[in-house]
Amino acid sequence: MKKHLPTIATLLALLAVGLTLRAPRNPSEFDVIGFGGLPTLVNGRVKPLDTVARSSLLVLQGRQRVVAPDGRTLPPAEWLLDMVYHPQAADTYQVFEVVHPDVLALLKLNTADGAGGKRFSMVQLNPGIRDLDRQAKMAGDTEAAVRTTFQRAIIQLRDAVQIYELLQSTAVAPGSDDFLGQLAKLETVLAAAPPPAPTGPPMHGVTDGPLLLELARSFAAMEQFSYLRVIPPENPANPMEWRTVGGAWSASLVSRRVGPAARTFVELGRAWRARDAGAFNAAVAAHAAGLQRDFPGVMRKGAVETRFNSSQPFYTSMALYVAAFLIAVVSWLKWPAPLGRVAFGFVAVAFGVATIGIVTRMWLEARPPVTNLYSSALFVGWGAVALCLVLEQIYRNAIGSVAAGLVGFATLLIAHHLALGGDTLEMMRAVLDSNFWLATHVVTIAIGYSATFLAGLLAMIYVLRGVLTRTLDQATATALTRMIYGILCFATLFSFVGTILGGIWADQSWGRFWGWDPKENGALLIVLWNSVILHARWGGLVQARGLAALALFGNIVTAWSWFGVNMLGVGLHSYGFMDAAFWWLVAFVISQLAIIAVAALPTASWRSFRTAG
Amino acid sequence: MVRDFFVSLRLTVVLIVFSMVLIFAATLDQVNLGIWAVQEKYFRAFVVYLQVGPVTIPAFPGGYTIGGLLLANLVAAHLYRFTFAWRKAGVQLIHLGLILLLVGELLTGLWQEDFHMRLSEGETKNYAESFMDNELALSDVTDPKFDEVVAISEKLLATKAPLQHPKLPFRVVPQTYYPNSTLQNRAAGAPPAAPGASAETTSGFGEHVAALPQPITHKPNEHNQPSVILELVGAEGAIGRWLVSTLLVAPQEFTHAGRTWRIALRPKRVYRPFTLTLLKFSHDRYAGTEIPKNFSSRLRLRTDDGRDDREVLIYMNNPLRYAGLTFYQAGFENDDRTTILQVVRNPSWLFPYVACSLMTLGLTLQFGLHLVGFIRKRRTATAGPGAPPARKGTTGQTAGHKSTLPTLA
Repeated sequence: MKKHLPTIATLLALLAVGLTLRAPRNPSEFDVIGFGGLPTLVNGRVKPLDTVARSSLLVLQGRQRVVAPDGRTLPPAEWLLDMVYHPQAADTYQVFEVVHPDVLALLKLNTADGAGGKRFSMVQLNPGIRDLDRQAKMAGDTEAAVRTTFQRAIIQLRDAVQIYELLQSTAVAPGSDDFLGQLAKLETVLAAAPPPAPTGPPMHGVTDGPLLLELARSFAAMEQFSYLRVIPPENPANPMEWRTVGGAWSASLVSRRVGPAARTFVELGRAWRARDAGAFNAAVAAHAAGLQRDFPGVMRKGAVETRFNSSQPFYTSMALYVAAFLIAVVSWLKWPAPLGRVAFGFVAVAFGVATIGIVTRMWLEARPPVTNLYSSALFVGWGAVALCLVLEQIYRNAIGSVAAGLVGFATLLIAHHLALGGDTLEMMRAVLDSNFWLATHVVTIAIGYSATFLAGLLAMIYVLRGVLTRTLDQATATALTRMIYGILCFATLFSFVGTILGGIWADQSWGRFWGWDPKENGALLIVLWNSVILHARWGGLVQARGLAALALFGNIVTAWSWFGVNMLGVGLHSYGFMDAAFWWLVAFVISQLAIIAVAALPTASWRSFRTAG
Repeated sequence: MVRDFFVSLRLTVVLIVFSMVLIFAATLDQVNLGIWAVQEKYFRAFVVYLQVGPVTIPAFPGGYTIGGLLLANLVAAHLYRFTFAWRKAGVQLIHLGLILLLVGELLTGLWQEDFHMRLSEGETKNYAESFMDNELALSDVTDPKFDEVVAISEKLLATKAPLQHPKLPFRVVPQTYYPNSTLQNRAAGAPPAAPGASAETTSGFGEHVAALPQPITHKPNEHNQPSVILELVGAEGAIGRWLVSTLLVAPQEFTHAGRTWRIALRPKRVYRPFTLTLLKFSHDRYAGTEIPKNFSSRLRLRTDDGRDDREVLIYMNNPLRYAGLTFYQAGFENDDRTTILQVVRNPSWLFPYVACSLMTLGLTLQFGLHLVGFIRKRRTATAGPGAPPARKGTTGQTAGHKSTLPTLA
């Protein structure tokens, strides 16, 4: 049994992964999943409505799950359907996360009334929405860098409310009682009317003036207030000319012709409101078939992206990393060989899942792996785990698995929090729009981060295991020291090459190799610190314990370079300003300093060395 | 003794740590000073001074000091210990590259010149303008066929010393100089409204406008706008007083001794023997958003001697290199009809490329040798009698500490 345990455990892990990859099923007879797969153009990218629903929910409440007041759990796409076609019902779903006490007080919200004490519905927010707008306007006048937490929370909530309202005016004019009925009437009017004169105003000679005028106003409002462009281009030769529903209807007033896509979104609404699953599914299928004919590429990507969304590979991978970490730690105490291999198997499976996730993202975006802060977190973790797998393959002492579990979990956790800003597959701003440099400079730098963090993590294991436990025997200690040293060499090489490639990119695009920009300085600090460690080691200034302490400080330098400089809000690289993360960074730095202080304890007081010595 | 100090690895480590402190402080100070002032204060300086109240105290060695010492340390160590061996070639290459990089950075600091060129669609220019430096331009425009221009650097005006030029029939006597200023309207001849504003001037725009001194700015998105009040003194006495400022775009005209002159304070110009004409500036956005996708300028390049006449396209990450200059797409204004090109002259631009190639090669060689040695050692250690690799404490892990020592030590 013990002999086969690693194989069985690994197979079970693979099975669990396989289960997450299954196609999602509709919770009712309505083809909600099919609706979620319909594409739309938002923020410059054509993506499935499912992605829009999920990323909006993350912005609103930090999670993708919606629970209706009657206790049903709605898939994100179904929530979007209610948002668009049942706004009154959607307004009762508690999807706004409000935690700042002053904001709660401003909106006269009671934590007892919120789901989980923090999530509120639009109905609950509504009485205070004017105050929210007013406060947000005042906060907006303050420079972003010096806003108080209250001001930030206010602006965040105001932006969430805006996205919410934009989504609600996707297909139905806000505030109109019988909009879908009016549209049906409009179709007959348009069909009866003579074809438009090539000149003259569009309303000329139409008897149903009041209806048309009212609708024309609604369409204009919808076009202005909706940001989903769900109507595909009429001419497949212009693949980016997607329109809003309001825009399509406005055009119909002129052309006297209603496009099939615009009609689909009326039909969907009618069927969804009438609980007519047959008509709903037929409308989804017809729209999808039309798109499949005109834009097969878009539909293929959409299908993959919807599956990617529902399987959530990075969360699977995160869970496996945690399991691997725990098993590997236990292996230091009991059954080292079999448990060590179970942990290794788990890390390998988790790594495989993360790889699939990253490759899928690359394919969807047609970009190298690192394009923004979010993807850098994914990739830094991926690179560090890859190095851990190599180390574990060489040393087989479960240290690689412990490190992999920790770094894999931590980076995915960071990525999860970075994803709360919205869709993580963003378009690249002009200056970054260069696949060559993204693939070389950015990737190399990220690998440099991976390796420097891994060296620091191994040093952490060295110190904590040595001081707190008796398991760090002489052989393991030596092996760990060699691992740290080897990884540091690797880190130096990649940080250096990456920094230089950045310099060359800067010379190519701005005319200076080096400009002392904060992010450049951050990268340089990593290179310098790694070279300090190597020189100190070569010069005999430090031994194993000193090496570990220096490598631990490398964590601080790297964290500063990765996140800290972005918080300064100056320079060419300040593309990822985040302020909530500031305190986490401070906490991380303090924790590392504390461990360095522990490392400074004389070896006589380390439990491992005391007993061994 | 001195030699031991300069070749020691301890000095290297200390200097690198010092440079890290310097870079970190400079990064933080960018929030206050902006990128240009930080470079002057921290990197292009021997000593970093700190302002404590009214006193200026030297606080930390500057970039020149640390870089210079590091260079000395490197060169000394290598000269002292140089012997050729393959085992050492990696480290030597790395350090040779580093020496080149430091020298290159020094030369760039000394030689690199930055200008910009603003072109509206259809406009043609044969000069670029400086970012920082201004000049007083006095042009004799009497002859419609050509202008004769005398340019006086702002730095000379700042000394307030009277200036005489053989091509000028008058002396220029700067009276008031504000390195940064704003302008304020006033009624003709009336005293300036704000306290501290410039004294009355007699001719040109100065009748209606007064200059107000402003604190010097270092912010990256602001420029200092100097104003000068100067008197022109001819052979028969004063001709008049003028207020000139970079804020006054149009030049002021006057006649003296039968010739027509124009006077203006403007960004320093550098003329080139070729012209650029902006044919079209494009600002592409992603569909349905305001996110910029690309900026590009289509230009026509013509040399004065007619040897070159072609169209060029400059866009993000794709500059034009011509006649020792590099033109980059830097910005735009005027509702997407005006392009701003950054023009850089850097004769030492090749240094970092060579240096970095050497260092990358050296690092790969050095760590590659490490890796090969390590793998070989493990193979001999684990090649026991058919046993699988031991989980703990093989000899390969405990032995061979020394192999990681570098060749320099």
